[in-house]
Amino acid sequence: MAAAIHAEGLTKTFGEVRALDGIDLEVPEGSVLGLLGPNGAGKTTAVRLLTTLLRPDAGTATVAGHDVVRAPEQVRRSIGLSGQFVALDEKLTGRENLRMIGELYGMRRRAARSRADELLEQFGLLEAADRRSDTYSGGMSRRLDLAGALVVRPAVMFLDEPSVGLDPASRLMLWDAIEQLVASGMTLLLTTQYLEEADRLAHDIAVVGRGRIIARGTPRELKARTGQQCVEVVVDLRERIQDTVAVLARFGGRKPEVDLARALVSVPVGGGVRMLAEIIDELDAAGIGISDIGLRRPTLDEVFMDLTGEAPREEPLREPELAAVSARATDGKG
Amino acid sequence: MIAVATTTRTTGLPDGARYAHAMKAASDTWVITRRNLLVMLRTPGALLLSLAQPVVFVLIFAYIFAGSFVVPDGAGPSAYREYMMPGFFAQTIAFVTASISSISTATDIKLGMVDRFRSLPMSRGALLSGRSLADLVQNLFFITVMVLCALIVGWRIHHGFLRAAAAFAVLLLMGYALSWVGVLIGLSVEGPEAAAGSNFLWLFPLTFLSNAFVAPSSLPAVLRPVAEWNPLSATVQSLRELFGNPNLTSLPDAWPAQHPIVVSVGWSVAIAVLCRTLAVRRYRSIGA
Ligand SMILES: Nc1ncnc2c1ncn2[C@@H]1O[C@H](COP(=O)(O)OP(=O)(O)OP(=O)(O)O)[C@@H](O)[C@H]1O
Ligand SMILES: [Mg+2]
Repeated sequence: MAAAIHAEGLTKTFGEVRALDGIDLEVPEGSVLGLLGPNGAGKTTAVRLLTTLLRPDAGTATVAGHDVVRAPEQVRRSIGLSGQFVALDEKLTGRENLRMIGELYGMRRRAARSRADELLEQFGLLEAADRRSDTYSGGMSRRLDLAGALVVRPAVMFLDEPSVGLDPASRLMLWDAIEQLVASGMTLLLTTQYLEEADRLAHDIAVVGRGRIIARGTPRELKARTGQQCVEVVVDLRERIQDTVAVLARFGGRKPEVDLARALVSVPVGGGVRMLAEIIDELDAAGIGISDIGLRRPTLDEVFMDLTGEAPREEPLREPELAAVSARATDGKG
Repeated sequence: MIAVATTTRTTGLPDGARYAHAMKAASDTWVITRRNLLVMLRTPGALLLSLAQPVVFVLIFAYIFAGSFVVPDGAGPSAYREYMMPGFFAQTIAFVTASISSISTATDIKLGMVDRFRSLPMSRGALLSGRSLADLVQNLFFITVMVLCALIVGWRIHHGFLRAAAAFAVLLLMGYALSWVGVLIGLSVEGPEAAAGSNFLWLFPLTFLSNAFVAPSSLPAVLRPVAEWNPLSATVQSLRELFGNPNLTSLPDAWPAQHPIVVSVGWSVAIAVLCRTLAVRRYRSIGA
């Protein structure tokens, strides 16, 4: 099957900073690639290169079969983009924003209008449709921005951290909407810090760190790769936690971790179910009462930390950072 | 699909594609113009504020200073009012156009709108042309308000409707050119505040090193040619001639003062073409 996104050796340097250092990507039509990586890894830069907003210093890329440098117009006709920072016309209403985008995609006025109405409905913005978008809450603006990326049902969609600032219900709604679109054949490149999101939506994941791809595979492959399972023990009495740590230390390869609040001790182990039985015996012999014990596959969070050496971000950027980034994003190379 | 060229250079395209291209450019420009006008209507405060200053100035000059100016040929305060109005028209248009276009362009960049537009299959020049066209419409409004004020304080049109229309056309053309200067500045500086600040660097010399309020002959010798060849001087002089307002001070022997309309239109066209070219180039190279 043809690749909807194909990139080879994409490189971009901003002054001293090598934001992208030779990235290869291959996203088959109709699939979802999740770009994962800590702050400053180069995710947004990759999206901006693929959506023709930046020119690569080196490397090539095609999107929907068109070269991003030589045929940017065709690329723009095939893509939808919702960037990391909401970009809306504050003085226009939600409806007017969407109509304008539709008309700029070349839709006739009437078509743009009815498409706007559909999207407003789908994104739960009908009630606010005729209010100026600067009166929207953060999550509403985010939803309107996302709707803007869907106006023409693009062949390839780029979403840069789409669920930042959404409440859980909106996030689920967004995920449903994305899944529907993908089911209808759209290709999606998604950057995210929410590993749950990548886990649920992405067919493939590429982990980016310092401008390079440091791991790629399906969510399952990635989890298997850093691969060890964990034994988790929930202790009855907090006083016995230290003793439990001592017991588990004999089985695990690493120092056991303690979650005091949950009275939970965990350690990666190599041995599987048989070892679990041994651990239970040992704890019993030491007279430690437990309320729960189990083997758990690693979460993507652990994979992420393992690969990048950094914890995933859970909070959206604050305002000053936002302003700094958008100012940076626009001044180009000069 | 139609094989539309990958750049906006349409030479060498089949006629049909070139036509489609031009239509798309026109419709994009219209969409953006409409958007800018809508934004203007939604911020009436800013609009009124832009007008308040010139209106207050006109009143101060008309009623406080006019009496104290010694006007040659025995003309009285009313002659002075007539004399200064074209200067106010030109100065106001210069200030409001340049400020609005540079600040709104810089704001579009800052808020990420430029990125959004650049990711759309939009004609390259449309965002900028839409700005300058909206400014043109805006200037029609400003001129209407100023003319009403001027009529109230005793300014008159003496040479009939056609010449007056020509005068407004000259003024609008200057506004259009300065709108492109503003767009270029908005694209070149870092943020709306910088855009607002940088305007004063050139707008004050432009308006005060001119014949708008003083006679170039009263300036130091080095500055005199500057004032004589200043595009704003030519525009003001054109307005005075076309409206038939007294020209109390200008040097009759300076060539631009003799041929103000040619000079004003020439300047405006040159500035518009130059700044538009530079602005579109700059816009395209964002992110290069
Ligand atoms: N226009 C620019 N000028 C200078 N440096 C830049 C510019 N854009 C990005 N950078 C730098 O390039 C690196 C990658 O930035 P990028 O925005 O791609 O990261 P990211 O993975 O999207 O991070 P985040 O998760 O914080 O959004 C960072 O070090 C950043 O400071
Ligand atoms: Mg980013």
